Amino acid sequence: MKTEGRPTSPVAANMNDVKTVSGSKALEQATKLIFETGTPRRTGIDFPKPKGRASRLGANNERQGEIGLPGLSEPETMRHYVRLSQKNYAIDLGVYPLGSCTMKHNPRLNEKVARMPGFADVHPLQPISTVQGALELMYELSDWICKLTGMPAVALTPKAGAHGELCGMMAIRARLDADGQSQRRRVLVPESAHGTNPATAVQCGFTVDEIPASGDGRVNIEALKEKIKSDPDSVAGIMLTNPNTCGLFERDVIEIADLIHAAGGYFYCDGANFNALVGRVRPGDLGVDAMHLNLHKTFSTPHGGGGPGSGPTVLSDALKAHAPVPYVVKTEKGYELVEHKDGVSFGRMCAFHGQMGMYSRALTYMMSHGSDGLKQATEDAVLNANYVQASLSDVMSPAFGGICMHEALFDDRFLKDTGVDTLDFAKAMIDEGYHPMTMYFPLVVHGAMLIEPTESESKGELDRFIGSMRHLAERATSGDLESFKQAPIYAPMRRLDETQAARKPVLRWTPPQDNAEAAE
Amino acid sequence: MRYLPLNANDRAQMLDIVGVDNIDALFEDVPKSARLKNLIDLPLHQSEAAVERHMSRLSAKSVSASSVPFFCGAGAYKHHIPATVDHLIQRSEFLTAYTPYQPEISQGTLQALFEFQTQVALLTGMDVANASMYDGSTACAEAVVMAKRVTRKSKAVLAPGLHPHYAAATQMLASTLDISINEVVPDIGADASVIDLITDETACVVVQSPNVFGEIVDLAPIAEKAHAHKALLIAVFTEPVALGLIKSPGEQGADIVVGEGQGIGVGLNFGGPHVGLFACRQKLVRQMPGRVCGETVDANGERGYVLTLSTREQHIRREKATSNICTNSGLCCLAFTIHMSLLGDAGLQQMATLNHENAVHLADVIDGIKGAEVLNETFFNEFTVRLNKPAAEVVQALADKSILGGVPFSRISDGEHEDLLLVCATEVVSDEDIHAFGHALEEVLS
Repeated sequence: MKTEGRPTSPVAANMNDVKTVSGSKALEQATKLIFETGTPRRTGIDFPKPKGRASRLGANNERQGEIGLPGLSEPETMRHYVRLSQKNYAIDLGVYPLGSCTMKHNPRLNEKVARMPGFADVHPLQPISTVQGALELMYELSDWICKLTGMPAVALTPKAGAHGELCGMMAIRARLDADGQSQRRRVLVPESAHGTNPATAVQCGFTVDEIPASGDGRVNIEALKEKIKSDPDSVAGIMLTNPNTCGLFERDVIEIADLIHAAGGYFYCDGANFNALVGRVRPGDLGVDAMHLNLHKTFSTPHGGGGPGSGPTVLSDALKAHAPVPYVVKTEKGYELVEHKDGVSFGRMCAFHGQMGMYSRALTYMMSHGSDGLKQATEDAVLNANYVQASLSDVMSPAFGGICMHEALFDDRFLKDTGVDTLDFAKAMIDEGYHPMTMYFPLVVHGAMLIEPTESESKGELDRFIGSMRHLAERATSGDLESFKQAPIYAPMRRLDETQAARKPVLRWTPPQDNAEAAE
Repeated sequence: MRYLPLNANDRAQMLDIVGVDNIDALFEDVPKSARLKNLIDLPLHQSEAAVERHMSRLSAKSVSASSVPFFCGAGAYKHHIPATVDHLIQRSEFLTAYTPYQPEISQGTLQALFEFQTQVALLTGMDVANASMYDGSTACAEAVVMAKRVTRKSKAVLAPGLHPHYAAATQMLASTLDISINEVVPDIGADASVIDLITDETACVVVQSPNVFGEIVDLAPIAEKAHAHKALLIAVFTEPVALGLIKSPGEQGADIVVGEGQGIGVGLNFGGPHVGLFACRQKLVRQMPGRVCGETVDANGERGYVLTLSTREQHIRREKATSNICTNSGLCCLAFTIHMSLLGDAGLQQMATLNHENAVHLADVIDGIKGAEVLNETFFNEFTVRLNKPAAEVVQALADKSILGGVPFSRISDGEHEDLLLVCATEVVSDEDIHAFGHALEEVLS
């Protein structure tokens, strides 16, 4: 081969970076950042030529110079993101037993419906006469939600679960203020609660008073009574998850509601686990005053790698007048949108009408299941969780035992003296082809492992999962420490250094020369 | 039921292993008085075809933006979204993944977030950005709360050109946290007046540019006054495409930049889901709300990405968290970042130029109509028109002629400025659409 006159290989530097010939592993392709492959002068979109009209931006307002955003052609873009996608685990790939997260199947009809032009391609501020179908869908969804929860009203606009919590707690605050009860600022929160609960209470200007758990993983009702009795006039309410984060139904829930109401407070129920109740229990029959639904959990709208969510919040008769704007009403002329705050509404939570794209998916899911299918889904979810718990009880350690609801909670007692901890166990599951369960939550259990299989798993898939978990538990207890500490070995990446990431945060790409300067 | 894999035989076997006789035994902790005896009074399950038919008919009862000449903006914008975007976000691995808490099997989502954060930082001219918020308005509200944490002061000044819905969402969140806010009277050209409201007690001043009326605001003098009083400038935008042509808020001295990202990659969706953008200076990063993705290495020393700085967040800090937010707008920020990757600087500037040219054309047409007057001195792709009739009536009359001719200002305000109409022209508007609008408006106003 004639090599004379050629420059020394221009790719030599890159080739030295990789430990394999290509840097890729079969289906899994090496993927640089777009900033390392694209250039600001390239674009993957063809536009018509500008006509050269005189600018009205104002002389001083125009951007000078480059922004620095790289562009890629369409095939490069497609490949970049397809390659990235192949480094992700997904429900469509395998068991995703994240407790509290409800990773159920996402029906594709929902996606098709969400993209129908009358829902996806309408502007939030079009004249009301031109959005009747969209409003009807919202009204219909509200009807399903109210009937399923047994509650008189729902505020659709909250954009996620925590936003729904904010909605419910703001409604409680508004009602207290309207009644001249502004001294009520203490919110009781069980120690097993989701972190969003205390964070929300504080964001609404309340203080948080933690209630300890009893030995069976539920609210310690005697402790609750003491907390109330210590200063009943300061009680604004309670934030209680039911079933709770241990996967257990709060047996005393009605008594708890009565105690709170008798003290002059309100009952906020965190509805993250409503999927264990749909069709069998209505929160309205439990004394609930406000509860958010996670449409992305219970009603199957996709999690999308972290959102968007949707958190419609049901409200009792005592709170409904304080609901945020906007909301839909039905009149003789058709559907109307109430967009302007009147005297008692606590205000507006977001720019428009909430998450229409999630409403259409959730209603599609509800209608597909019907009241019979929704009840069956609940029962299957609870059965699957109990089946997993029963099948693992002899090799792992159930935190409380007995019957659970939609999720099974284990602690790390079965790993005692093995040197393997919950994190190692979770990472070893990755090598077996599973997404780990929720770990180290709830905080009331040591080394918690919270498994929620959902109703979407077949018995065959569960049996395989149980077999893998049993095998892992046996390996852990038989002294195979090293492979647990090394895990995952077969994932696209080995364990990542999260400490370094937090200590010296690198939150964006910077050009190589800037890196050099920063290091100086 | 097509979504449920268990059959009666499976269920019987499984109940047996659990050690109970029937399914009711699993619900025994529910108080007797709350156990439902019958099915809830709602329709029974339906076939995919039946549900699809119902939804198609509902969909057909609305007028979609693509089907008519379309000129609505005011916080949500109709742009062309390349087919690639929607295809990619529907890949199972993106669509059906959870928040990337297990980074070893979530590098796809994480790297996309890292690229997204970099794009947002570049676009806004800021050092860092988070992994997105619910929407622009909630990002704005969170920024004001953040400014209180940073400055330990509790007065916020909102400019008269801030979108009234953003002001309302901010007011709602601030109301419980002892943050006082000035009375905001919407006004097209008065944003510089906030300079007179800034004092040593001011935590932040919130200014939108282009403002809700479409006017482009010079942020630099406001930043200067704010900084002289140790206050932060929070710059807001509702149309990310504008930043392709106008100066970034970062280069004008903003400390925090928040905005709506919907205009890149995300459809109108009747107002949601959209994607809130949130960027700030490096020194403020530990007070920033929301999820954030950072670079690190794995056990082999390979570059990878993780969610980081979680000690700010609710699941670790509980009642001491910077915010209760627990979600980002994941799939929408993926759509944003894919669309932006296709555009690049070159594409974004072309797209922005087409928007501006169409808006200039529209403004020229409207200015020639009796009874209509364009009020803006400057604008990007939307502007404000004063009409000789109430704007809501005019918009309805235009809708009756199958033209969606903008947003009456009174729709988003507390009823102020009944005669003002906000109109917007993006790259999807054709010359024919503009002329059809002009003719129809002339008829309606005459």
